[in-house]
Amino acid sequence: MTNLSKTGTALETPPGDGAPRAFLDVRDLKVHFPTDDGLVKSVDGLSFQLEKGRTLGVVGESGSGKSVTSLAVMGLHRLGARGKNVRMSGEIWLDGKELVGADPDEVRRLRGREMAMIFQDPLSAMHPYYTVGHQIVEAYRVHHKVTRKAARTRAVELLDRVGIPEPAKRFDSYPHEFSGGMRQRAMIAMALVNNPELLIADEPTTALDVTVQAQILDLIRDLQKEFGSAVVIITHDLGVVAEIADEILVMYGGRCVERGPVDSIFYEPQHPYTWGLLGSMPRIDREQTDRLIPVKGQPPSLINVPSGCAFNPRCPYADVPAGDLTRTERPELREVGSGHFSACHMAPDERTRIWTEEIAPKL
Amino acid sequence: MTEPRNPAREASHDDDAAPLLKVEGLVKHFPIKKGLLQRQVGAVKAVDGIDFEVRRGETLGVVGESGCGKSTMGRLITRLLEPSGGRVEFDGADITHLKTAGLRPLRRDIQMIFQDPYGSLNPRHTIGAIVSAPFRLQGVEPEGGVKKEVQGLLERVGLSPEHYNRYPHEFSGGQRQRIGIARALALKPRLVVADEPVSALDVSIQAQVVNLLDDLQDDLGLTYVIIAHDLSVIRHVSDRIAVMYLGKMVELADRTSLYQAPMHPYTKALMSAVPVPDPRRRGAKSERILLRGDVPSPIAPPSGCRFHTRCWKATQVCATKEPPLLELAPGRRVACHHPENAADQVPGDAPLASARDAVALVGTAPPAAPVPPQAPAGEQ
Repeated sequence: MTNLSKTGTALETPPGDGAPRAFLDVRDLKVHFPTDDGLVKSVDGLSFQLEKGRTLGVVGESGSGKSVTSLAVMGLHRLGARGKNVRMSGEIWLDGKELVGADPDEVRRLRGREMAMIFQDPLSAMHPYYTVGHQIVEAYRVHHKVTRKAARTRAVELLDRVGIPEPAKRFDSYPHEFSGGMRQRAMIAMALVNNPELLIADEPTTALDVTVQAQILDLIRDLQKEFGSAVVIITHDLGVVAEIADEILVMYGGRCVERGPVDSIFYEPQHPYTWGLLGSMPRIDREQTDRLIPVKGQPPSLINVPSGCAFNPRCPYADVPAGDLTRTERPELREVGSGHFSACHMAPDERTRIWTEEIAPKL
Repeated sequence: MTEPRNPAREASHDDDAAPLLKVEGLVKHFPIKKGLLQRQVGAVKAVDGIDFEVRRGETLGVVGESGCGKSTMGRLITRLLEPSGGRVEFDGADITHLKTAGLRPLRRDIQMIFQDPYGSLNPRHTIGAIVSAPFRLQGVEPEGGVKKEVQGLLERVGLSPEHYNRYPHEFSGGQRQRIGIARALALKPRLVVADEPVSALDVSIQAQVVNLLDDLQDDLGLTYVIIAHDLSVIRHVSDRIAVMYLGKMVELADRTSLYQAPMHPYTKALMSAVPVPDPRRRGAKSERILLRGDVPSPIAPPSGCRFHTRCWKATQVCATKEPPLLELAPGRRVACHHPENAADQVPGDAPLASARDAVALVGTAPPAAPVPPQAPAGEQ
């Protein structure tokens, strides 16, 4: 691991290694991958906080750094190539412990027990050769010294809790014998078996049908109430975050462009990219519109991130701020409302005006 | 989008009233074979008797969950698969059992856009070769040469003519989907079947492609069958919508009435499950219907109405008698004994025991009496 110089610290983050200010406190996280084509800056200075019992929705296009962030929190980047192919810097505080510089063995003890992850594709996240029950028991016994029988009882309890019918019988089934929705439930059971305090769900419902998606979101919501854990939901579907998140973080080109309480992001968004996301979605709850308002162009390359504001080549308002500011200077996150941050060069009044007069009426 | 998209097109054909595509009793069973002698032991009833028609110039949207047979249906009407039964008529001609040679002229008229923009383009061919393949295969020599025509097509779908000599890996998902669209449009087809054309794309790119399909329909007078699982996308693009469940069509109606007043309980459940990007509506969701369980297997579908195992309105008759697809209101066909928003077809029938637990009504607003959460078992 190489420590990168700390530049571009977001304004709301105090400099230095002060004590963590939240249950999960990520500060100026950078994850870079050196490749033959150049340095891929997947995450480039990301900060956020999350308290227990709260749900954070992370949205953005593919390649915006959502999943890389979650793998960094789980400490999974250093596993594959023993840290040779990844450069990480910044701080990740989980319940008062710093994870980026921590001993890998220490992180391994936390992984699964204090933090757990639900992956997008349960068929590839589960081992096809072992029964579902075996895999849940394994996850439990790694962290708890209990007998096989006790672990089995615990696993059956969990399978029952996530809504799998006849859990004692299904315990001995293989992953391929489950349907997609059941597999996702089993994976949630596996993630929850150690009562983790932080649960990261990476596109937990993307592979599922809409009726099953509703069941799984409902389940995650219930389980969070019951266990009081902090939940991070990574998704590209704004409908999903609107259903389940308390706060939203919008990522673009490896950085946070806007974050805040769910209501602020949906009703007073302050970043042109967020406007673009809201405008590109066909909405079932509104009057039929003739045309969608897409974001023009393509997502940025993470090797040659556009200078200045990464969104400037696609931004319809790139010329609003005076001079060449959007092309030369990277905008920092600034507080625009209570707990609501946005990284845009446009003056707040100007943004509010564009949103209320030009964008909101078209949605 | 509801008004005629291209008035010129209306006059272009002699027989406008006749549908472009007519499907009757379409069936596709995939045999399951077992043992040394490969005896057939069963069949996956992917499509099990559906009737519908596609009118000239309209967009018919087809929705349903995975395994409902919507993709198989798309491949049957484009004749990439041979039906096991029923009849497919394109522009008045029976195409149900045409062989390769007979199908060749048809390929000019019916084209397909595929879901996966990575799998549907040959990585070793240049974009020029891919988009000009239809001309080569059909022996068509457009005015001004193939290359000029292909570059025109690339421009039409929002790519640059300079992309002619590049390879698919140089393009992003959205651009690849545009290449697939250019290829499908090369021979000026009359019917385009798009199977999940935008589901592999990012939201911002999805909107670009949806708008492109819309523009192309206006300009070229295309007829679309768009297959998708996303109900918001389907509502945006379609004039009429067909809802499928386990190989059957359960409801077929125009867009406005389907979304405002769905008649089939399954359609209603499907629509109430769509996550709405409006956090303030979370509290108003006490009406949300949450189906329990999964779609049954198409190898042994339930008797009678296939939805009766998950339906909250199911009665005795639903388990035994299959409801026909009937026109219960002008332009609205529904296959249900006890439709919503319409008169009950079999009133007074005794409800099934399973119907009581078929669904949960979910409200995330503070409910009057919240169920106390179970104590987390095995707490450390």
